[in-house]
Amino acid sequence: MTANEALFDYALRLGDDALILSQRLGEWCGHAPAIETDLTLTNVALDLIGQAMLLLGYAGEVEGKGRDADKLAFHRDATKYRNCLLVEQPNGDFGRTIARQFIFSTYQRALYQELTRSSDRRLAEIAAKALKETIYHADLAAEWVIRLGDGTEESHERMKAGFEWYWRFVEELFTAEPADAALIGAGIAVDPAKLRAPFDAALAATFAEATLALPKYPRPITGGRKGRHSEHLGHLLAEMQFLPRAYPDAVW
Amino acid sequence: MANEKKEWPLWEVFIRAKNGLSHRHAGSVHAPDADIALRHARDTYTRRMEGVSIWVIRSSDIAASDPADAGPIFEPAESKVYRHPTFYVVPDHIKHI
Repeated sequence: MTANEALFDYALRLGDDALILSQRLGEWCGHAPAIETDLTLTNVALDLIGQAMLLLGYAGEVEGKGRDADKLAFHRDATKYRNCLLVEQPNGDFGRTIARQFIFSTYQRALYQELTRSSDRRLAEIAAKALKETIYHADLAAEWVIRLGDGTEESHERMKAGFEWYWRFVEELFTAEPADAALIGAGIAVDPAKLRAPFDAALAATFAEATLALPKYPRPITGGRKGRHSEHLGHLLAEMQFLPRAYPDAVW
Repeated sequence: MANEKKEWPLWEVFIRAKNGLSHRHAGSVHAPDADIALRHARDTYTRRMEGVSIWVIRSSDIAASDPADAGPIFEPAESKVYRHPTFYVVPDHIKHI
């Protein structure tokens, strides 16, 4: 893999994480427990679409084959997607969606904080722009984890069950790909291992307030970064990509 | 009681559009507590950069005048034009007064 291909793959991973999670959150539109939470979840989704457009747009430029963000989003099959397995999982109930959001936004906040110092100016700029909204997402998710965890017996159980569904997907977030070594050495990419300590600290603080027990991580499942996805991603893409594939010239 | 649905309380939302203006009533949201009410207000009423500051207050904490008492409360002011400060000249560049 050349340096350029490695950078393309890195930007693609960051963009795909944001895009797939935004699509999942968008599924709540019209279905959330209250109109206010409906707006909250879709607002987060819109922020993530904005990040995905910037990151995939940059990935397309790096690749240099004329693919823009739309082309990468809507004309790429599941095996070419590089998102982590966490973000493609079905929403479940509100508690499970909040669990996923807490894990992802807490990780992404630490990631963007480091990425603002990237030697790649474009990545640093995108990270700086996305960091503010990501801090909000992480805070928001933490507030809900605390309320549901330290709420009623039922909300506590659901919050606990939501997290238990996701623990096996956490390890993947903090695992570098072999091609990343050169990028990390050049100060372009963030070494994901460095993000584990701030993630664990934030999790411990929120869980203490939420009266939730710290996780016992099961054997991790990985593969998303290499294009080995769960069956859920195919269904998600079928819905997301249908219109531009069926009507390639459609305009808004 | 187990099946009784508990609704979140209602909160009134006040938004300051920009510094120098006062907070104005924007609407209301449901939320379990003040912190979440602020976040719901942010997501519901400031998505298009409508504000720089948000206040929320429990709707039940607002004391309101009774419409049935409108006569005794408001009508006595009708005949007192001398209470209007119409004899002052306001400079053109003073907005929002």
